[in-house]
Amino acid sequence: MLAVSLFCFGVFKFMGDPVIQMVDSDTPLAEIEAIRDRMGLNDNLLTQYATFIKNSAQLDFGRSYELRRPVTELIVEALPATAELVILSTIIATFFGLLIGVYTAVHPKGAVSAALRAGSLIGVSVPTFLMAILAIYWFSVSLGWLPSYGRGEVVSIGWWTTGLLTKSGLLALILPVLTLSINQVSLIVRLVRSEMLDILRADYIRFARARGLSERAINFRHALKNALIPVVTIVGLQIGSLLAFAVVTESVFQWPGMGSLFIRAIQSIDIPVMSAYLMLVALIIVIVNIVLDFIYVMVDPRLALAK
Amino acid sequence: MKQFIGRMFSPKIARNLSGSPVVMLAIGAMAFMIVVSVLTPWIAPYDTYDLQSFNLIDSLLPPVWIEGGVWQYLLGTDDQGRDLLSALMNGLRISLIVGFASITLSALIGVSLGLLAGYFRGPLDAVVMRVAEVQQTFPAILVALLLDGLLRGTIGSSGGYWMVVIAIALSSWVEYARAVRASTMIESTKDYVLAARAMERSAFVILVKHILRNVSGPILVIGTINLGAAIMTEATLSFLGLGVPSTQPSLGTLIRIGNSFLFSGEWWLTLFPGVLLAAIALSINFLGDWLRDILNPRLA
Repeated sequence: MLAVSLFCFGVFKFMGDPVIQMVDSDTPLAEIEAIRDRMGLNDNLLTQYATFIKNSAQLDFGRSYELRRPVTELIVEALPATAELVILSTIIATFFGLLIGVYTAVHPKGAVSAALRAGSLIGVSVPTFLMAILAIYWFSVSLGWLPSYGRGEVVSIGWWTTGLLTKSGLLALILPVLTLSINQVSLIVRLVRSEMLDILRADYIRFARARGLSERAINFRHALKNALIPVVTIVGLQIGSLLAFAVVTESVFQWPGMGSLFIRAIQSIDIPVMSAYLMLVALIIVIVNIVLDFIYVMVDPRLALAK
Repeated sequence: MKQFIGRMFSPKIARNLSGSPVVMLAIGAMAFMIVVSVLTPWIAPYDTYDLQSFNLIDSLLPPVWIEGGVWQYLLGTDDQGRDLLSALMNGLRISLIVGFASITLSALIGVSLGLLAGYFRGPLDAVVMRVAEVQQTFPAILVALLLDGLLRGTIGSSGGYWMVVIAIALSSWVEYARAVRASTMIESTKDYVLAARAMERSAFVILVKHILRNVSGPILVIGTINLGAAIMTEATLSFLGLGVPSTQPSLGTLIRIGNSFLFSGEWWLTLFPGVLLAAIALSINFLGDWLRDILNPRLA
């Protein structure tokens, strides 16, 4: 986190002069200097960095250059949209991924299995934005079932806005979540399959079979549990790439989330928003990794002893 | 040919090469696409960069098998009258150039840093690994997006598609560095390295001539995975408008442009670039899978 904050601060300092970008072109020089003083830009670097850290800890990231509003406000507005999208996609992708992955590992030779495997290869290869476009084309334009952009109506609960409680919100959620999860499902299917294949060859599985356990018990209780560790790792790592793909998906569906915010920030070189987004992403990833560590211990009790 | 592959990479690959017809198909498809994109300046029906070679009267024509299409423009035309087939070939060329260039660059960076870190250890190793760790917490696409934005902010768009190449290369060097560093650390303790040092060979010679040979196994595997990812990343960036400049459109740019015409009925402008992109990714992923299955020691 420290390194990320250093990087963000560095970018802040060296990429353009914030005051010049904020004032008109005919402001007298003296006034510009006064503004810089007030904003603390003339203090030495260490002081500025300390202020940066202090402000960040209090969630004050300054104001967006482009939109003139406090960055924190922008993020709070956009966060629920992205969060719903990402969390729903993860749940669906993990659930179906595990199911299909186990199936293709257990029936390696069937035609259905081969079809599912081909499907997962395609799911990984077709770019997210292409799938998004095609999904919009089929479901929105051709069939007219689902809305092609936006979040629908949202209900505010405190500072959180959710689309889950309105019909139009739910309908609007379907396509983006579908698009995001197809990639994830495919990845998880491939991973679970390769892990399960390795494990199913192990001796203890053969022993369980010899003991007369039902196939179902073997597959789920013994094999899957052991396959879960690398899967949990990958799912955790995928949160990062989910956030990245969410950026693309949000851009196609005009979903008002953090991804769109970030894209706009990059296009207009809006440094405060960019650095805030990066810090937030780093924070999320760190938190996810900590949660993952706890899940590891739950799945494999041996790891608890090692601690 | 088989001997060449066997000696360069691994004997196992050569043995399995003629095994499966689907693999041959994938290799054939890749080779075909590469050849086409190399020869594009000569074999494309029209030159899409020449502003005088197309006219608006021919704009938005559908592909030849649909009513309204003409044989001249096999896959239809875009809103400016440019032939889609030629645009596809040029787009393919750019996509492949950026893809291969970026993985070559990232392999160069990653392998060099990995060798240096693994051989010399000490503070160099520590610094490289810290940077790698921090960078790896972020997904590669995000890093590429960010770097591309920063490069644009400072250099502007005069760099052409090389900015994208640098951005993608800098976002994916870490895997190479990690793998090479681990192998290098192991190899450094071996006798032949001690012997070379006793003969007072310079460190550079040791690294390149001796160690590199022995650690180069994983590089190929990582390279194939990254090639697909690099092409995807470039396409994604271009689709978002942040990738290659619009004067040198890649397949991603073509899809973005076609997107605005999709809902008014000119589907071919989106579908053909999209299918081509998916085909490339499929072939690369498929070949990568096959390669990894062969080289996987646990499946022997």
